[in-house]
Amino acid sequence: MALYSEKVMDHFRNPRNVGVIENADGIGEVGNAKCGDIMKIYLKIENDIIADVKFETFGCGSAIASSSMATEMIKGKPLSEALTLTNKAVAEALDGLPTHKLHCSVLAEEAIKSAIRDYYERNGIEYDHKLFPDCGSCGHCCGEQ
Amino acid sequence: MKIYVDNAATTKMSRAAVEAMLPYMSEIYGNPSSLHSDGQAAAEALYSARERIAAVLGCTAKEITFTSGGSESDTQAIITAAKLGESKGKKHIISTAFEHHAVLHTLEALEKQGFEITLLDIDEYGLITAEQVKNALREDTCLVTVMFANNEIGTIQPIGEIGAVCRAAGVLFHTDAVQAVGHLNINVIEQNIDILSLSAHKFHGPKGAGVLYARKGIALQNVIFGGAQERGKRAGTENIPAIMGMAKALEDSAANISANSEKLIKMRNRLINGLSEIPHSILNGDREKRLPGNVNFCFEGIEGESLLLLLDDKGIAASSGSACTSGALDPSHVLLALGRPHEIAHGSLRLSLSVENTDEEIEYIITAVKEVVEYLRSMSPVWRDLVSGKKEFVIK
Repeated sequence: MALYSEKVMDHFRNPRNVGVIENADGIGEVGNAKCGDIMKIYLKIENDIIADVKFETFGCGSAIASSSMATEMIKGKPLSEALTLTNKAVAEALDGLPTHKLHCSVLAEEAIKSAIRDYYERNGIEYDHKLFPDCGSCGHCCGEQ
Repeated sequence: MKIYVDNAATTKMSRAAVEAMLPYMSEIYGNPSSLHSDGQAAAEALYSARERIAAVLGCTAKEITFTSGGSESDTQAIITAAKLGESKGKKHIISTAFEHHAVLHTLEALEKQGFEITLLDIDEYGLITAEQVKNALREDTCLVTVMFANNEIGTIQPIGEIGAVCRAAGVLFHTDAVQAVGHLNINVIEQNIDILSLSAHKFHGPKGAGVLYARKGIALQNVIFGGAQERGKRAGTENIPAIMGMAKALEDSAANISANSEKLIKMRNRLINGLSEIPHSILNGDREKRLPGNVNFCFEGIEGESLLLLLDDKGIAASSGSACTSGALDPSHVLLALGRPHEIAHGSLRLSLSVENTDEEIEYIITAVKEVVEYLRSMSPVWRDLVSGKKEFVIK
């Protein structure tokens, strides 16, 4: 069996929403280059809806595919709905990830949450802090931090 | 286009090696331990293979033990020296930080049994010196084990000099020559090698066959117990077809080392020059003292697994020291030993050539790697930070 599903390879080979949004309303960056993956998410928000989303990723095939899939899943969605996106849902949408690659889907969820929190903070919008676990220590990482 | 440049992982078997194996699967299939003529025919074949392999290495047939491959040979070599040392109260072993895991993990197991291990640091070119070994020797050193050529960055160590230092000190010297045999000139006498490991599938022989050379007088310690095969030092019915394929592949490789090296070095140097044109890239390992077919680079701002997958899409089969390719958390211990930071080591690419590669393929690879690196950098937030000056380049 191949390492990755067809869907992972499709999103890896033809990633959706790659790039940068100039003057983005929210930006989230998670991961650590030392560990081999960093994800950066840019959001354009209009009336509490994700009007546009772009990503940049340094990482393996599943990190790029997870970023691509996660951005597809939240594009055009209200923030409240985007906040409910779980890493499990991202991995399932990709027809599964190898066990040692599941952290890539975790990064995707955290990158999106981090970008939404950035939007809230920039605009002084009250939010439930419990929805945003601290992404600074993503737990999956290699020895040295 | 399909281009295989992962020959350090394994090689395609030569036609001659395949043909050398075939009769021993369906015609001469007896067990060499059997007394009947079918068995004795196999025993004769085994004897001839042993002699032919010994001739290539410069030793006698009795000093050759057949094993399942490099890992088994490395393990048995080290366990042997450790047990001999222990019986004399010597429990110190010297090795290097960039050995193959077959060596490193065996040493770790011995460390838990009370052995003291000194791992020598390699320099920025991936080399150690005989002087370093000499300075690390102690009264209680029972073994020095240093790889002949590194499997990732291809650097060739001064084995003859290290052997001489060990011989003068009366300390056993083992070399993991898995990447070197069939590609470099080796003579165990001239190079003062006491114990040597080799693996057939690295020189166009079959997988699952290897050799442990141990100089006469070194009593091997069993790793596999059972019957009396291999003078009682390695139980299990011999894998005659694979051994015959190995002997043929080794003879052929050894006979062509000069011609093959010349061709490989030309292609290797062109590849190194071509890939050096990529900005913020660096060759890993010494430019000259490296295996004729080995090229290993780090490219800043990208990750190795995605590089490999996209190269595979372009028909190129290569390898990387990125953690993501192996499922490990840390990138290659070899690149870390070389002093590359984690984030740089993740962006590594190893291309290991064989004589079957062509100049056209080399040009295609250069173009493909340039394209893929540029593409991955275009979507990398790390690269963006480097280019914008937010972070400083590690590779100038």
